[in-house]
Amino acid sequence: MSRYFTEDHEWIELDGDIATVGITDYAQSQLGDIVFVEVPEEGKQVAKGDDAAVVESVKAASDVYAPVSGTVIEGNAALDGEPALVNEDPEGEGWFFKMTLTDKGELNGLMDEAAYADFVSKL
Amino acid sequence: MSDVTEPEIVEELALLPLDAWHRARGGRMVPFAGYEMPVQYEGIMAEHQWTRESAGLFDVSHMGQLFLSGEGLDTALETLIPADVASVPVNGQKYSLLLGENGGILDDLMFTRWDGDNEVDPGVPGIYMVVNGACKWDDIGHLREFLPDEISLSHLDEQALLALQGPKAVDALARVVPGVETLVFMRGGWFDWNGTRLWISRSGYTGEDGFEISVTGDMAQELADALTAQAEVKPIGLGARDSLRLEADLPLYGHDLDTETTPVMAALNFAVASKRRREEANFPGAARILAERESGSIQRRVGLIVEGRQPVREGALVLDAAGNEVGRVTSGGFAPTVQKPITMAYVPTALAEIGTRLTLSQRGKIHHGEVVAMPFVPHRYVRAGAAQ
Repeated sequence: MSRYFTEDHEWIELDGDIATVGITDYAQSQLGDIVFVEVPEEGKQVAKGDDAAVVESVKAASDVYAPVSGTVIEGNAALDGEPALVNEDPEGEGWFFKMTLTDKGELNGLMDEAAYADFVSKL
Repeated sequence: MSDVTEPEIVEELALLPLDAWHRARGGRMVPFAGYEMPVQYEGIMAEHQWTRESAGLFDVSHMGQLFLSGEGLDTALETLIPADVASVPVNGQKYSLLLGENGGILDDLMFTRWDGDNEVDPGVPGIYMVVNGACKWDDIGHLREFLPDEISLSHLDEQALLALQGPKAVDALARVVPGVETLVFMRGGWFDWNGTRLWISRSGYTGEDGFEISVTGDMAQELADALTAQAEVKPIGLGARDSLRLEADLPLYGHDLDTETTPVMAALNFAVASKRRREEANFPGAARILAERESGSIQRRVGLIVEGRQPVREGALVLDAAGNEVGRVTSGGFAPTVQKPITMAYVPTALAEIGTRLTLSQRGKIHHGEVVAMPFVPHRYVRAGAAQ
């Protein structure tokens, strides 16, 4: 399994045909206390870069984009009652949604962990 | 993920006297009112709760501190604000509004009467005034234009202003500056500290008991250190200041108040409560404001609790049953003490009754809210005559 990252601070990890998407630890630290998450419904078709979810901190609302194109198969229902999971474990329990991909080749355009760490260090 | 911060107009930002102090404590600095200011240290939610349970130190040095003096000051000032200035005793503090000709609010402010025993202009009695940071230059211009030449106005731009707020503020501050515990809400005094004198009033903008302290900029860091050395005290950023004041029904100028809102629209009738001032009716916009006070204004500021968990923020629309836009949300967010999304909104007075259910629209999504009594969190001021 490998994990990929976008310049908009989403991560995506492919396991077989199913990818899990969330926001990075850097993103949650910039947002601060997260009070609400709206995840996409099962069956929603998204193109790379589309608005896919909403995350709201005390300060502001932000859109979460689809890192690649595909179909949502599950939103993380746990975030409904416990949005703070995104602060506590952004790259684990605080995942946003799972999806199947239209074209796995789109992942090649994203950053790997080392490239993302380098990208964040320059912000 | 989209950017968290909105693009700001690039301008020369001024630094607070405590700028380095904030950065050394991990303050995340953002542009606000022309200054770089700390929005948070450890996190807005934790800072909010800490202030409600213990004591938070806020740097509000961006606010304008002014001193007015001269023959006929009370009468002159009463031509610009609706307060009964003449009745304010020495060291008494009052909330008031700078009004435009149409009765619209140019700024909200606090003022205090000082006698000649003051550090700012020794021997000269006058009025000390604190105005909003974002409005201070316009306020100074307005006061200079409309006050007679006999009145002198100084901008105390060498003074820093710190607020210590929360139920344990009195214990912490009394250890550093003995005697402050004798003050009551909206009263102030001069207190000796470290070879200088501080102006301290029992007031603030969080709904909690607390104090505001005016100190010279060069002593501000030492005072901030002495206060945060107390176990009850942590530094608190602008983010929590905003959520605290929202829960406490304290409107924020430029958001909940502006030149198009009158005191009655803003539900600040207490600011036009003086019988003498109403009978004289000689403050700006008096005819309109007094008519609104009698028969109601077209719109009124209300508080709403929003169903669900999603915050509804400034700019969201208030809709009537037919889906027409009838009002607007002016402040809103997830309230850490209430643990629900809350908003302030302007709605038609017919829809302002407690218990009215309203529809809100934000980014194409419908939310439901109910008008509730404000404050959302009870005030805990230590008033004169109350049992301590």
